[in-house]
Amino acid sequence: MTAPADTPRRWRKAPFIAHAGWRYALYAGALIYLVIGIGSLSVDWGRVIAGLDRGGAFLGAFLQPDFTSRWNSIQEGMLESLAMTVVSTVFGVLLSIPVALGAARNIAPWPVYYVCRGIIALSRAFQEVIIAILFVAMFGFGPFAGAVTLAFATIGFLAKLLAEDIEDIDRGQLEAVRATGARWLQLMNHAIQPQVAPRFIGLCLYRLDINFREASVIGIVGAGGIGSTLNTAISRYEYDSAAAILLIIIAIVLAVEYSSGYIRRTFL
Amino acid sequence: MLQIEGLTMRYPTGDTALTDVDLTVEQGQVIALIGPSGAGKSTLIRCVNRLVEPSAGTIRLGGESVTALGAGALRLMRRRMGMIFQEYALVERLSVMENVLSGRLGYVGFWRSYLRRYPQEDVDEAFRLLERVGLDHMVDKRADALSGGQRQRVGIARALIQNPDILLVDEPTASLDPKTSRQIMRLILELCRERGLAAIINIHDVPLAMQFVPRIVGLRAGEVVYDGPPAALDAARLTDIYGEEDWSGTTRDDDPAEARDAAHKVAASVDAPEIQRAAGS
Amino acid sequence: MPVLEQNDRRIWKRRDRATQMRIWLTWLVGVSILMLCWEYISRQTMWIFVLDAPQQAFDMAARMSNPRWEYTEVILVPMWDTINIATLGTLLAIGVAVPMAFLAAHNTTPSRALIRPLALGVIVTSRSINALIWALLLVLIFGPGLLAGVIAIALRSIGFIGKLLYEAIEEIDPRQVEAVRATGAKPAQVLAYGVVPQIMPAFAGISVYRWDTNIREATIIGLVGAGGIGIQLQSSVNSLAWNQVSIIFMAILLTVLVSEWVSARVRHAII
Repeated sequence: MTAPADTPRRWRKAPFIAHAGWRYALYAGALIYLVIGIGSLSVDWGRVIAGLDRGGAFLGAFLQPDFTSRWNSIQEGMLESLAMTVVSTVFGVLLSIPVALGAARNIAPWPVYYVCRGIIALSRAFQEVIIAILFVAMFGFGPFAGAVTLAFATIGFLAKLLAEDIEDIDRGQLEAVRATGARWLQLMNHAIQPQVAPRFIGLCLYRLDINFREASVIGIVGAGGIGSTLNTAISRYEYDSAAAILLIIIAIVLAVEYSSGYIRRTFL
Repeated sequence: MLQIEGLTMRYPTGDTALTDVDLTVEQGQVIALIGPSGAGKSTLIRCVNRLVEPSAGTIRLGGESVTALGAGALRLMRRRMGMIFQEYALVERLSVMENVLSGRLGYVGFWRSYLRRYPQEDVDEAFRLLERVGLDHMVDKRADALSGGQRQRVGIARALIQNPDILLVDEPTASLDPKTSRQIMRLILELCRERGLAAIINIHDVPLAMQFVPRIVGLRAGEVVYDGPPAALDAARLTDIYGEEDWSGTTRDDDPAEARDAAHKVAASVDAPEIQRAAGS
Repeated sequence: MPVLEQNDRRIWKRRDRATQMRIWLTWLVGVSILMLCWEYISRQTMWIFVLDAPQQAFDMAARMSNPRWEYTEVILVPMWDTINIATLGTLLAIGVAVPMAFLAAHNTTPSRALIRPLALGVIVTSRSINALIWALLLVLIFGPGLLAGVIAIALRSIGFIGKLLYEAIEEIDPRQVEAVRATGAKPAQVLAYGVVPQIMPAFAGISVYRWDTNIREATIIGLVGAGGIGIQLQSSVNSLAWNQVSIIFMAILLTVLVSEWVSARVRHAII
């Protein structure tokens, strides 16, 4: 602080949106939305206070979960969920690969590209449970509808990510293999596969994770798995059984996540 | 002014970074700290402001012990030590002005700094410093949009706005091209002279250190093995510091006095316009 | 990649025998598990209904292709509710997830031994349980309605946002933080100047992405009574009113496409 200030120059942090009018309009809009949005909640506080007892009872049930009295249906539901997870992930992965190849702009011809992108968009637009409602109506209640649902959702998820990876690959390697006179399948096997395989396997494991989580809820709409057991337990106010089911779900999710992380770290 | 006595630093892994280092820096004195990678240069200056906690020894600044301070008092002490970093360490997503003003964080309260409502004197001083380092036309540029030399000038302004007694400079030129390196070294030396600041400059470019800095300290494996003027730094001394190597071309054995005089002349003749031109280019 | 000597010729093989055997064995185990799972599903399935599926699908498609346009008016308010559930739920989740992330990241947590595991526990629990299950529980407590939906969405999102955000915090450049600390800044100032600017892009991207996901989630939590379009979907499906279902699907599709577009635009603007 040596020389005295000549003319004081002001400094303010450059605002997020330069135009003051727009900025304040944005703030006002956000505020109005919040007021309207929160107003639309229309909370019945009497009902909430009455419900808090149930909440407390439920939390208490977590300390004393009841695994035994409904063990048969819990076991059946869990096996069903796990079976659906495995089957849907395997078929979803197998089907997602051709769709992804078709949806990668750098290797697919235009008509194929649009068809495959359409399949992906369709599968991603709707939540798994909504797809499950449709498939239950088509295939009837049970795990088959659930497995088809999850396989369908898996296709959209994996094909989109894999197609993006394929679009990002090194063109030089692609040209080098093509220059050897390789056929299409050889090109896929020698140029594309080595570049995208490690990340794709990681994504498959991640999807296995998601599929188990979803397989534990779509039972609520009749698509098989532990969800229906859970729904029954909760609607009959059997909190201790419900707590047991939730604990098992959390444990399996953790186990799947931990082991897929382990596989990724050691093999990829 | 800065007294380091018996400074020892052992990492929890058991590696010793510094062994019993004694070093005194006088008011307004600039020293260059040279030595091979891993000799403990960075650790030494980080011990001075206790970004790294020393294992033993005492450090005093202006007679006040740094090593004995609690967290609050340490922050007040850190305001008196400006630090300039290798690869600049600017907060990349903040603007030039915000980066410079962040040097005042130790002086202003949290909410003031959070809302960017700094006292007008601080803003004035920031403008003055940015002018001095030739960057007053880039106040609202984001730090990650600047070139290396420009970033380091912002780093220098950030250190100076703390109004420090001493500068701790960690490899200021490590990621700069030779021309910019010299400009930055010259700027640091000039600013120290203008403000009567002491400085410790870690640097691994020996010729650059010898050209600009009147006192050289050589560190090897955590111990001081050389402390003296650049003129006395011959091949044998460099071998002490760095180990065996053909040092011809590095030292100025032929006529060290002349080389040093030339360097001083260059340093003295530089004026702000040249720096501004360089910054603008 | 072993090279074998055989009759003075060098033979190249991709893998040696033991590795090859291990790979075959892994395949065998994998395929066996798949067969077991398939067998289990097959046993639980009424194949007669499945064989009937093409018939059902045609029937449904026929009824859906004749949408009941008047129904659009009925679902306007539920669609608005759906968007509100997603938005308010995301905001609520951000409010809880941000402090949680700072408590869970190893470079910003106040205590690695005590607080970090607690914060990680909250994040993991929240992430493991689907929004629909949270909704199921919350409807019991708060009664049917939007509030249960908002909280259900928030509870699921806390884990998602918290996990990605604390990973982003752990990946920041420590030198920038060190530089701010060296100025003598207070801990809160170190966070505000050294850490927050570095994670802002990640934070905005994660939040908008989760909002987009939450719009989809909010379309279904009505199935268990937690508000939004799901209630209408449930009753239309139960009464086999497929001409209303197709209207609902179109509304959802439109909303989802718009939200995906918004979220993509915001994420591009930030980077």
